[in-house]
Amino acid sequence: NEQINGPAFFFPWFGLDIGGTLVKLVYFEPKDITAEEEEEEVENLKSIRKYLTSNVAYGSTGIRDVHLELKDLTLCGRKGNLHFIRFPTHDMPAFIQMGSEKHFSSLHTTLCATGGGAYKFEQDFRTMGDLQLCKLDELDCLIKGVLYIDSVGFNGHSECYYFENPTDAERCQKLPFNLENPYPLLLVNIGSGVSILAVYSKENYKRVTGTSLGGGTFFGLCCLLTGCSTFEEALEMASHGDSTKVDKLVRDIYGGDYERFGLPGWAVASSFGNMMSKEKRESVSKEDLAKATLITITNNIGSIARMCALNENINRVVFVGNFLRINTISMRLLAYALDYWSKGQLKALFLEHEGYFGAVGALLELLDSA
Amino acid sequence: MPNLDKWGISLNLSFIFFLLTGGSLTKLAYYSTVQHKVARVRSFDHSGKDIENEPLYEISVQEEITARLHFIKFENTYIETCLDFIKDHLVNTETKVIKATGGGAYKFKDLIEKKLGLKVDKEDVMTCLIKGCNFVLRNIPHEVFAYQKDSDTEFRFQTNHPNIFPYLLVNIGSGVSIVKVETEDKFEWIGGSSIGGGTFWGLGALLTKTKKFDELLQLASKGQHTNVDMLVKDVYGGAYQTLGLSGNLIASSFGKSTTADKDFSLEKQSSPKAHLMVVTGRLIPALLQFYRIDDTFFFFFSPHLRTIQLQCFILWQGEVQALFLRHEGYLGAIGAFLKGAEQDNPNQYSWGENYAGSSGLMSTSPDVYPMQRTRSGTFDMLEMDRLERPLVNLPLLKDPSTYIPDTVDLTDDAMARKYWLTCFEEALDGVAKRAAASQPDSIDALQRAEKFRQKYWNKLQTLRQQPFAYGTLTVRSLLDTREHCLNEFNFPDPYSKVKQKENGIALKCFQSVIESLDSLGWEERQFALVKGLLAGNVFDWGAKAVSDVLESEPQFGFEEAKSKLQGRGSSAAEGPPHKCALIFADNSGIDIILGVFPFVRELLSRGTEVILACNSGPALNDVTYSESLIVTERIAAMDPVIQSALREEKLLLVQTGSSSPCLDLSRLDKGLAVLVRERKTDLVIIEGMGRAIHTNYYAALKCESLKLAVIKNSWLADRLGGKIFSVIFKYEVPCK
Repeated sequence: NEQINGPAFFFPWFGLDIGGTLVKLVYFEPKDITAEEEEEEVENLKSIRKYLTSNVAYGSTGIRDVHLELKDLTLCGRKGNLHFIRFPTHDMPAFIQMGSEKHFSSLHTTLCATGGGAYKFEQDFRTMGDLQLCKLDELDCLIKGVLYIDSVGFNGHSECYYFENPTDAERCQKLPFNLENPYPLLLVNIGSGVSILAVYSKENYKRVTGTSLGGGTFFGLCCLLTGCSTFEEALEMASHGDSTKVDKLVRDIYGGDYERFGLPGWAVASSFGNMMSKEKRESVSKEDLAKATLITITNNIGSIARMCALNENINRVVFVGNFLRINTISMRLLAYALDYWSKGQLKALFLEHEGYFGAVGALLELLDSA
Repeated sequence: MPNLDKWGISLNLSFIFFLLTGGSLTKLAYYSTVQHKVARVRSFDHSGKDIENEPLYEISVQEEITARLHFIKFENTYIETCLDFIKDHLVNTETKVIKATGGGAYKFKDLIEKKLGLKVDKEDVMTCLIKGCNFVLRNIPHEVFAYQKDSDTEFRFQTNHPNIFPYLLVNIGSGVSIVKVETEDKFEWIGGSSIGGGTFWGLGALLTKTKKFDELLQLASKGQHTNVDMLVKDVYGGAYQTLGLSGNLIASSFGKSTTADKDFSLEKQSSPKAHLMVVTGRLIPALLQFYRIDDTFFFFFSPHLRTIQLQCFILWQGEVQALFLRHEGYLGAIGAFLKGAEQDNPNQYSWGENYAGSSGLMSTSPDVYPMQRTRSGTFDMLEMDRLERPLVNLPLLKDPSTYIPDTVDLTDDAMARKYWLTCFEEALDGVAKRAAASQPDSIDALQRAEKFRQKYWNKLQTLRQQPFAYGTLTVRSLLDTREHCLNEFNFPDPYSKVKQKENGIALKCFQSVIESLDSLGWEERQFALVKGLLAGNVFDWGAKAVSDVLESEPQFGFEEAKSKLQGRGSSAAEGPPHKCALIFADNSGIDIILGVFPFVRELLSRGTEVILACNSGPALNDVTYSESLIVTERIAAMDPVIQSALREEKLLLVQTGSSSPCLDLSRLDKGLAVLVRERKTDLVIIEGMGRAIHTNYYAALKCESLKLAVIKNSWLADRLGGKIFSVIFKYEVPCK
C-alpha cells in the first residue's frame, strides 16, 4: 500500500458529530492490516482499536450500536468495518480527557468533527487534548453521509425504508425503498432541534427552514412532566399512554369534523389543551403526558415538513436524526400524517442509520481531504 | 357597565352579540342608538326686517340620534350584571335570537336564555373572525402595527392600505389556524398548528403551581426561557458570532431541561416563558413561502395573548412581515355582530373610532405602564360611531397606499410629543371654561365641563405613558380626541356663538374688502388676495397665540392681522385658468368671508369652477358646512359674481365628512369625491394650520396644489425655521 501516504491516511479514521444532546462517533476499523503494518502500528493506536471494537459500551453512557455496524466496507482502498458509537454531549470533557490519556495527539491523524460542538469544544480539544480539530459544515456532512450510506447499502439490505398501512397495528409493514435516484428530496434532520433541507443534487442543496421543537423538546418536556431520566424511558412511557386525554381534539370543540375548513374530528386542535381544566389534569397519567408530548412534537415536525415539501415541489421526504431511534410511534405517525394531509402526494422515508450521517460525512471529508 | 354615567345620553340597545371565551373573559358587542345634542344653525327669515342688529342666523341645540357600536371585555363573573343591563336597555323587541360563540357559549347558554328570554344562536368563529378583521382594516386608521423589539417606539403603525386583500390571518386561540383571505367571502384554511394558547396554558398548569392563564402570562413575563431552552450559543459555544449565527436563537426548546446536569433545577417561573417561544414554531414562514403572497399582510393575533406573540416574533422579522392589530381581541365579536346585523348592512357605512369611549392599546411591558387598568366589570372597550355618510379617498391623491395625513409622528418624536402634550394640557382649562360658557342657560354646564376636563386630562396622561394607545400619536389625534370628549359631555359646538358673531361682523366688511380689491391692478390684486387669504387665517381660536391676542385686544381686525404677517407670499394665479378648484376652508368669520371668498370670487371670474369643502360637524371655530351655506347665501345677496356662480352651479358647497380641525384626505365624504371627479378638478387649495401643516404638509397630489397657512405657534415656527405669524405658502405642481 505504498500509494497511501499523507497525514489524512494515518489511522485511526474517525468522524465526529457533536450535537446539542448527543455525540455521534463513527470509527473505521481496518480489517486488511498486513503483518508488516501490524508490527509498525504504534501501541496506543492498537489499544484504541481494541478498546472500541471489543466493547459495546464505554463508561456509563457511551454505547456502540452494534446492529448498525457496516461490514466489509471498502474505503479509500482499505477494507474494514464501520462502527457507530454515541454518548451524551455533556460527557464530552471526559471523552477529551480520555483522548489525552491515550496520547491521541501523538498519532499523526486529523480529527474531523462537525456539529455545533465542533466549535464549542474546539478550545478544549486544543488545551486539554493537544488536538487540532478539523471543523466541518454540519449540513455538508449530513448530506454526504446520507448519500454515501444509501449507496453502499446496509450489509446487503436496503438502507432506506417506508411504512405501509402505518396506522394499522396488524397490517403495518416496514418495506425497503429504492433511493437510487434520490433527487430531489427533502431531508428532515430531527436532532435536539430540527433542520429541513431541500437536496437537488450532490452539491446543490439548501436549508429551507427549521424548528426548535425537536427531540430535545420531547425529552426535556418529558423529564419535566414525568420525572423520567432517559430518552428510552420517555419513549417507553409514551408507548403506553393515550394522548387524546391530554390534547383537545377538533371533535372536542366542534362535536365532530369542522367542515367549514375541512378538518377531521380526530385532528388535534390544541396540544395539551385539555390540561387547562383541573379535573382533566387530575385524571391523566404520566404515560398519557409522555405520549401527548411525543405526538405534539411529531405532528409539528410533520406539518412543517409537509409545507416545505409542497413549497419546494418535492414529494419524497426523508426523516433522519436520533429522535427517530427506537421511535416507531413517531415514524408511523409521520408516515400517516404526510400521506393524509397531502392526500397521498407525499411519501415519508426513513434511513436505518438515523442519527449517524453527520459523523459519516465527517469521516468521508477526512478521506477526501487527502 | 359603560355609558351609564354619561351625561344625558340615553342608550338603546339592539343586536347584541356575545363572544364567550372558554377562559375567564367575555366579549360583548352591541349596537346602540345614542342620543346626543348637536348644534344646528338656521337662517332667519329676514324679509322686511331690520337686519342690522339681528344675529346672522339662529343657533339651536337639537337632539340627534346616532348609531354606535360598542365592544367591551369583562370578566365572566360580571355576566349576570351584564345581562341585567342588556335586559333594561334592549329596545328591539323583534330580536328573538342572540348570537354567541366560543367555549363559554355552552356554559352560559341557559343563563342567557333564561334572563333575556332569547334563544342563543351559535356562529362559526373563524368566519366571524375574518369578517371582523376586514371590518377593522377598513374602518380604523392605524389598526395595524408592527412590533419593534429594540426601538424606542414599541409599535410602528401602518397606514391602511386601500386594498386589504390578500392577507394571511394567523389566529392563535387554543390552537393556531392560518387562513388565507382573498376576498370578503373567499378564504381557506391553509394550515395550522395544535401548539397554541391552550398548549401554553395546559403545559404551564402542569409544570408550575400557577393554574390561571393570566397569572401564567405574568409569570412568563418574569421568567428566563434561556434556563430551559437550548440556544444556538449553548450548542456552538462562543463561536456562533464568527459563523454569523445569532446566539440567542433557540436550537431546541426545552432542550436544556434534559441535561443530566445534576444542578439543573426548574425555576418555577422559567418554563412558561420557554413555552411562549414554543407556541409559534416555524410553521408560518414555510406557509408564507408556499403561498407566495407578495405584499402580504400578516396578522398574528389572539385574544389576550399579545405578549406571547410579540416575543416570538423577533425570530421571523427578516423573513416575513408580522403585523398585529390593535383590536385583535374584538374581531370575533365584531364579525359575529356584522353577521347578525346583515339586514342592516353595516358594511355600507363608514365608521370611526371614538377616542373618548375607547380604551387604548396597552404596553406589552408591565413596567412601562405602572397604572395598569384594574380588571373589573369593563376593563377594556372600543366604541365606533357610525358616520352619516361613507368616506373614501380623495381621487386626486397621488398614491393612496402611501399617503400619510400627519406631518409629525409624535410617537416617534419624543421632543415634539412632550411639547404638544404640554400644550394641550395648558390649553385645557381654557377649553373647559369656554365649553361651560357656551351654554349659559344650562344648569349642569359647569359640572359637565369639569367632567370633560377630567376625561381629556386622563387621556393626555395615558398618552404620555403610552403614546401608541390609539395608533400613531399626532396633533390631529390629540385634537380629535378633544372633540370626541367634548361631544361625550354634550358640548357639541362650544364656539357656535363666537362663530355666529364673527360671521356677522365679517359679512359687514365684505363689500368694502371687495371694493378695495377691485380698485387694484391685476398683479397687485393677486398679491392682495393671497395676503388676505393668509391674514384671514390668523383668526383661529384653536391657536393659543391667537386666542390670547383676541382675548386681550378685541379690536384686533383684518388690517392688523395683515400687518402682523411675516414675509410675503407669491401668487399662484399665473398661467391659464384652472378647470376647477377644490378649496378646503378653515375658520369661520374673517377667514372664510374676507379671506377665502374674495379669492373664490377671483377664481370664478377667471372661469374656474370652485368646490368649497367645509367640515360636516363642528370643530373649534372651523366653519361648518351648514354655516357655509348661510354665509354663502348672504354673500350672494351682496355679490352678483357669487350669486350667478351659485345659480349656474359653478360654485359648489360640499361637506368633507369630517368633524376634525385637521384633514385626512383618505377619509372624505363620498359626495365630495364624486364631484371632484365629475368636475375634473385640477387645483386643490388647503388652508390653515390643522389642514395644511399638521396634516397634508407632505401630501402628494395628482394635480396642482396650494397649501397655505399662518404659523400661529411659536414652537412650531421655530421647528420650521421661522417666526410666529410666518406664512407657509406651498405651491406644488406634480412632476409628470
